[in-house]
Amino acid sequence: MSIRKPFFWLLLVMIGFFALAPRVTGDFMLLQDLSVVVVSIILVSNLNLMIGYTGYVNFGNIVFFGLGGYIGINGLYYWGWNPFLSALFAGAVVGLLTLLLGLGVLRLRGPFFALATIGVLEATKAFVSNFEPWQGAEGINLPFSVFDSVGGLANVGWYVYAALVGVMAASLFLSYWVKTSKFGLGLFAIREDEEAAQVLGVKAPLFKALVYAMSGVLPAVTGTLVAYKEAVIDPEKAFDLHRSIEAIVMLMLGGQGTIAGPILGAVAYEQLRSYLLTSEFFSHFHLIIAGGLLLLTVLFVPGGVMGWLYRQCPALRSILE
Amino acid sequence: MRGIIASMFDGVLVGAVYGLAAIGLSLIWGVMDVINLTHGALIVSGMFGVYLLVAGLGISPYLALVPVAAAGFLIGLAIYWASVHRMIGRPHLMSLLATFAVNMVLIGLGTAIFSTSPFNVNVALPGITWGGYTFTGTKIVAALAAVVIAGLLYAFLYRTREGKAIRAVASNRRAAELMGIHSSRVLAVAFGLGAAIAAAGGALIATLFTFDVLRGSVYELKSFVICVLGGLGNPLGALGGGILLGVLEGGIAPFISVSWIPVIEFALFVVILIRFSQGLFVRGRAK
Repeated sequence: MSIRKPFFWLLLVMIGFFALAPRVTGDFMLLQDLSVVVVSIILVSNLNLMIGYTGYVNFGNIVFFGLGGYIGINGLYYWGWNPFLSALFAGAVVGLLTLLLGLGVLRLRGPFFALATIGVLEATKAFVSNFEPWQGAEGINLPFSVFDSVGGLANVGWYVYAALVGVMAASLFLSYWVKTSKFGLGLFAIREDEEAAQVLGVKAPLFKALVYAMSGVLPAVTGTLVAYKEAVIDPEKAFDLHRSIEAIVMLMLGGQGTIAGPILGAVAYEQLRSYLLTSEFFSHFHLIIAGGLLLLTVLFVPGGVMGWLYRQCPALRSILE
Repeated sequence: MRGIIASMFDGVLVGAVYGLAAIGLSLIWGVMDVINLTHGALIVSGMFGVYLLVAGLGISPYLALVPVAAAGFLIGLAIYWASVHRMIGRPHLMSLLATFAVNMVLIGLGTAIFSTSPFNVNVALPGITWGGYTFTGTKIVAALAAVVIAGLLYAFLYRTREGKAIRAVASNRRAAELMGIHSSRVLAVAFGLGAAIAAAGGALIATLFTFDVLRGSVYELKSFVICVLGGLGNPLGALGGGILLGVLEGGIAPFISVSWIPVIEFALFVVILIRFSQGLFVRGRAK
């Protein structure tokens, strides 16, 4: 990562756009729409660390988001903490748990890891659905008094959005830093050939566990922020396998292994989805269209939009990363 | 004590049916090294196939197994040519994503047609009573049917020329091709066969429990557990794995509330995967 690269400034401009657009226009609907896009960019960008950089599919990536949401809500509601502090706390706890889990689960390779991630998601969901302190399958409904610390319901959307943009910036720069660091090179080596990488001195199990934990921290923070804004969290919504899959679709669409890909994929997919859900005819076929899109991408353009752009115009490689 | 034994025996019956469904997954996994994530959707299509045949034509659900399996075979062939064929030999990521995409399309279609409300297939069979515990007739017949179908598959794989070709391709595709076996045709047939067995398993499950369009993921996860328990790429091992899982479920059922069973099952799944991965991968590398 270097400030001399044009891409660094491109990222900053884009983040600035997200930060300022709703502020300048004062449009509350735009704020809502952009919040959804920002959350998707965060999830996809962190998922990219696993799928794009390391070559490990995490089908259960939403578990970070959901568990983070629960831990954060626990902090701000039961312990009366500041919501943003709780969000950071949730990120730290989930990161630590994921690191421990990763040291075990990442002994698995390739498809076995992918299967285990579905197991981890479903086990966590089933556990939380039975966990009485978190009100089991009912979920937790927050009273509006939790919004007092930010000045009531009217302000919470703006505060949370600002925090989300901050988390998005952190996610994108994390991706950028990893990509240009020695650690990232190790991950790429694991992706290309894990055995060869180990022979050359890459500590594959440790690297994988680290990147797994790393990819969990920021989604967990986001989970708390989103649950706080919506004032409700329940297991069905927090651990929705479909959202995991949608993140994968967005990533493949935009281009795995790149930094701009998750942004393009998330923006394009959310646009498409808001069209599909509002259109009378297509709202029933939402899943079919998302699946079809994923299949076509995997079959014909495995590099996604970014891969296609690189092929059309190789000079872009040095500008868009 | 007698209650636990009865519960475990009940588990054996249900487990044999789970095992049959898992054979479909295991066969495809073993032959082409592709994890078929459309497995759950295939199970569900078997369930709805038997529902439509029983409700529409009024035939016995056990007779309906034949057309359901045949339809499963054709769907399997279609899935193979649409998504899997181009993925053979490419990174696992790609075949996982491709089959998952097809799964989404199938589930989406199912939801559009049947919504997500529950369905059931009514079968009236006399049960067997033992010391105050009744084993329902449907479970006994379904378990027997599962064992018979697994036996037929075994005979096919070990006694016929086609079956031997499938085993040859599974053990070494290159060498099989050099011996004049048309490998992509064999792979397509194996995938169709796996799909047919998954559909038949789903059809039998439909005679035992209520089901809905989204139920496939539950049985798909059970199938993964069973495949890992029974040894990958070993279709008959899957039947044993199914029975083992059934006994386990039956054995713990009397002690805890039903809603905790998934927690234990998925945790077990992850633990078994980790514990057995070493052995599995030694085999993977030797290929």
